Order: sequence, then structure tokens, then C-alpha cells
Amino acid sequence: MAAPQTITFTEQDATDDFRQQYLVTYRHMLSARLLEDRLAALYRSGGKIVGGVYLGRGQEAYSAALGVQLKKGKDIYAGLIRDQAGRMAFGEIMLDTTRTYLGSALGPMRGRDGNIHRGRPKEGMPAMISHLGTMVSVVTGMLLARRLQGTLGDTVGATCIGDGATSTGSFHEGINTAAVEKLPLVISVANNQFAYSTPTTRQYACDDLVERAVGYGIEGYSVDGTDLAASLTVFRLAVKRAREGQGPQMIVGTLLRLSGHGEHDDASYIPPTMRKTALARDCVTVAEEFIQTQSWLSTAKLKEMRDEVRHEVDDAFSQASHEPAPDPYKEPWRALSSWKQLEGDTNEA
Amino acid sequence: MSLTYLEAIREAQYEALRRDPKVFLYGQDIGQFGGAFKATKNLQREFPDRVLDSPISEDAMIGVAIGAALEGARPIVEMQFADFSACGFNQIINQAATHYWRTNVPCPITIRLPSGGTPGSGPFHSQSMEGIYAHYPGLVILTPATVEDAYHMLLDAVSLDDPVIFCEHKFLYYHLKADSLPETGLPIGKARIARPGRHATVVTYSAMVHECVRAADELQRDGWQIEVVDLRSVKPIDTDTILASVARTGRLLCVGEAFPWGGVTAEVISKVVEDGFHLLDAPPQRLNSKDTPIPYHPNLWRAHRPTAANIGAALRGLLKF
Repeated sequence: MAAPQTITFTEQDATDDFRQQYLVTYRHMLSARLLEDRLAALYRSGGKIVGGVYLGRGQEAYSAALGVQLKKGKDIYAGLIRDQAGRMAFGEIMLDTTRTYLGSALGPMRGRDGNIHRGRPKEGMPAMISHLGTMVSVVTGMLLARRLQGTLGDTVGATCIGDGATSTGSFHEGINTAAVEKLPLVISVANNQFAYSTPTTRQYACDDLVERAVGYGIEGYSVDGTDLAASLTVFRLAVKRAREGQGPQMIVGTLLRLSGHGEHDDASYIPPTMRKTALARDCVTVAEEFIQTQSWLSTAKLKEMRDEVRHEVDDAFSQASHEPAPDPYKEPWRALSSWKQLEGDTNEA
Repeated sequence: MSLTYLEAIREAQYEALRRDPKVFLYGQDIGQFGGAFKATKNLQREFPDRVLDSPISEDAMIGVAIGAALEGARPIVEMQFADFSACGFNQIINQAATHYWRTNVPCPITIRLPSGGTPGSGPFHSQSMEGIYAHYPGLVILTPATVEDAYHMLLDAVSLDDPVIFCEHKFLYYHLKADSLPETGLPIGKARIARPGRHATVVTYSAMVHECVRAADELQRDGWQIEVVDLRSVKPIDTDTILASVARTGRLLCVGEAFPWGGVTAEVISKVVEDGFHLLDAPPQRLNSKDTPIPYHPNLWRAHRPTAANIGAALRGLLKF
């Protein structure tokens, strides 16, 4: 097993294909940013949002760079709470987000679960639970079933977590199991320096989380998570390696969460000095400057893209806000899918 | 042909694997070794790709089963001992149990828990977890007491589209035998009258069915006719059969091997008091293990759990009221 590598972008990677992918990914980042800005504003104004709001601000590049490598309908993507951008890059529609946050009965969770817990398991998007690390083994199991049924082919399953979740037993058990089975699992760790308010010095004692890949016997990569070009490069490589049958791939992106844990949290525990380091670069700004440096899009075209996205966000909020809320009188209140079968046999389920 | 409760569990798994290529077994030491209790003996030889050894990772074992079920597979997970399912508890109650409710996508997994006490097994290889799991919405909890039920209910569990906690009792593994298996069993959620009677009802399940029948046989010598109801499935629970029995006898004792605080016996009494208070001629009674961890030494262990002797004593008290 090769030692973990640090991946950076070099000019020779800037092929036509790469440019196209970069621009597509940038658009997903921008969609996520503008959508989440609206969520945050609605949360602060009160009344509209059902439950909490958890943003991926500062993590859009790293998140979307993975999602864009995957094919919906073929691959699996289990995003976590800061993966609005990754979910969109994988193919989740914006309405799934707005419907869930605004409590529309037409959303994928129909009011039964909220915000970032949404998913569509039959479309390769399992729905996360709050208990961190648990999706690693779930995605592993999805891949294992495909292998058993002969449908694995060159599909991959990706899941995302943060630095905090790497301390859980679930994370360890899930990765180890995927490694034992040599399954095409891509595990993206967003090291955003804080798990809620806990700094990395209280979370782990190794120098770099990517060192853990060696212990699991899997391939590992480090990347600057604020840099879209480098993030695309690393996920292209990792997803390709997984598709080729090289087993689980662990990527650790270093960045800073540019928001609180949720919008209820002012993140006053983040030292001001840290906010002045390269970790705190805004990946959306970095990507936009890169596009201009490469002369891939003009300022006018960038503005046009931003306006388009803003309209899409407006439409998604507008539609969801006019939809019915779930009705407790229409709810069957049954937790088993076979409740009709079981209640036919007895009087209680 | 004669087979034991344990062999019935093995046969049911063989049959499930044979019937449906989507079924696979996952657990510690279940492959070539055949499992700690040999419940999967020779199954890997018959189905080399579908009997998989897992790492000692109960959390991931359940997570893997959930993921596999979402992709259309029908996993049967063997927990080496019911007690160790505590390490997979989170995945069971938060992921598997909530999945259908949250997403509208069912999660058909079967989790086998070798349950209950045997002499010398101690605090961590003897537990009865059915009450804990029954507390959570979204799980079906089965507690077979007979060889026939061990076989048919395990097959039913695998074909059900929901997560099933299959509590198989280790005390019954070797000594409980049947001459043959009937073609079909009772449906899930239906209780069984294990022994008819008219003076008092004992509601119980799993290994305690046999202790209760022994106690009832003992009381028969004094002319008491005790009805024993075997719940078979503790969730869903067959309240109709329980109430019908109490209507016949007017007296109720609930017996369970699990710890006394809350749990299945308390739930049964609560349902009978709620819906059948007028049927009762005496205060309903319950008998469980003592409220301590399960002891290691056989002398202590025998005194910790309900037995035919103290079930008989409880019944005599109930009949005197």
C-alpha cells in the first residue's frame, strides 16, 4: 500500500474536459451557496424554516468536487450535513432541499424527517441519520449487495464525514469492513477544524487524519479543500482508483467551516487568527478568480450564471412555500411497511 | 426424522438461502467454522458466496445489512450472543427501525439474537433483549418457544419487508426436539394456546413457555387447570388471544426471563388492565428475573430466573385470591 499522497493541481491537468467539469462544478457550488444564504436568511427572520439550518459554507468546492465525479442512477452518494453542493453535483434537485426545509408534504421525507436528513435511497442517495459515522457501513453494505447480486460493475459508493466523525466507532468499523471486503468505497473527510465547537486538538492526536488510511490498508490522499482545482483532481483520481477495483479510497480535505455548526451557533470559538489563514479562504471566491485567471468565462458570463442560479433558487423556494404541509389526520401512523399484513393477523402492530 | 431447535434454525437458514438468491448470511465465525453454536454449520459449503464472515463490528454488521437491504438483498445477521447486539444498538433502533417511516423504503433485515440464560454463561452471554427492542417503533420482535416456530418464524422473518429481531433461546438449542416440521406455522403476530385451562392464564414466551407448562402440570395434580399462552411474537402482540384467555379464566400471571423493570410482562398487564379490567377476578401478577445482572454460578443462576417451582408458587398465590 502506497503512503498517502498530497494532491495538488498542475497546469497540465487543465484539459478541455477538466475545464468543462470545473465550470459545471462551480455552478453547483454557486447554487449551494445562494440556496443556503437564503435558508440562513429565512432562519434568522423566523417562522418559515421548520427545525435547524446547517450550512456547508466554505466546503462547497470540496463537497461538489466529489459529487460531480459520480453518476446518479449508477453510483451511490451519501452526503452529510455540509454537502448541499455535493448533493446537487450528484443530481439531487433543489426542490428536495426547499421542500424539506419548508416542511412541504411533497418533499422526499413528507414531513417525517427534516432538513439535511433527506435522501432518496432508491436513487442512490441514502438518507443520513444524526449519529455520525453510521453511513459508512450502510454504503459499504449497498456495495456488498451489488457484488453479491453481480451488479457492482464499476460503480462506486461515496460517503462524506467531518473530522469529528472520524472519532466514532462507526467510522472505524465501517471503513475496516469496506477494506476487508475491498469494496469501491470513497470516503471523503472534510477536516473543517471544528466538530461543533471542539477543535481538532481535542479530537485526534495524529498529525494528519489521512495517516489513518495506512492503518486500514487503504489508499489515502490529502488536499487543500478550499481549492476546487485540487479537489477535482484528487476526487477524479480516487473515484477512478475505486472504479478500477483498488479498494476503498480515503480523502482528507483541509478547510475551515465558514459558519456556525448550525445557524443557531455564532462560532465565536473560532480564533480570529485562524480566520486570517489560507484555511479560511472562501472557496467560491477562489474558484471564481481561477475561472477569470484562466479566462474560461468573462465577468459578464459569470454574472449571467449567478443571475440564472438566483432565479432557480427563487423558483424552488416559491414553489415549496406554496405546497401543503403534512396533515396528521391523513398520516397512517404506522412504522412498519408490512403493517397491513400484520394487522390482518392480529389487532395490533 | 428428529431435529432440535438449533437444527431447525439451521434448516430454516438453509431453506431461506435455497429459496431466494437475494438471501445472505453475515456474522462472526459463521462461515467455515459454522458459528459459535453451529447454527450455520456447512452452510458456507452449500452457498460459498452467501455466507460471509464479518469482522467483530456489530455496528458495521447491522449497517452493512441495512445497506444491502436497500439494494434488494435479504440479509440474515447472526449476533454471536444477544448481549452483543448492544454494540449494534444504534444502527438497529435509529437506522433500521426508522428507515421505512422516514424514507418510504422498507428495510428487510433479520437479526438473529441467541438469547437468554444457560448455566455458567454469566452477565454478558445470557441477556434477553426483546423488551428493549420492542420499545422502538419499526421493529418486529419474534420469540419462538418451539422447534416448529423456530423454523417457520425464521422463514417468515426473512420474507417480511421489515427489520425483525429474532430472539432464539439458547437454553432450547439442544434439548428441545421435534419429530418433524409441519408444512406451515401460525402467522406472525398470532399467539398460541400452549396448554388449555380454565382457572388461570399464564402469558409467556420463549423458554419460559416450558417452565410455565411444567408448573401448570404440577398444579393439575391438585385439580387446577392452568391455561398457558405462548405469545410467539412479542411485537406485534396478540392482545385478542390474551384477552380471550383472561375472559375464560379471570386470572392472569405474566412470566418472562428478562429483567423486571418494564418490558413484555408489564406491557401485557397494562393492556389487559386497560382493555379487560372487568374480566379480572384477581390483581394480575408478573414474574421476571431478579433485578440484578445475570449470575455466573449455576446455583445463583437457577435462583435468578423464573422456574417451574416459583411460577407454581405465584400461581397458587393468584388462585387463592
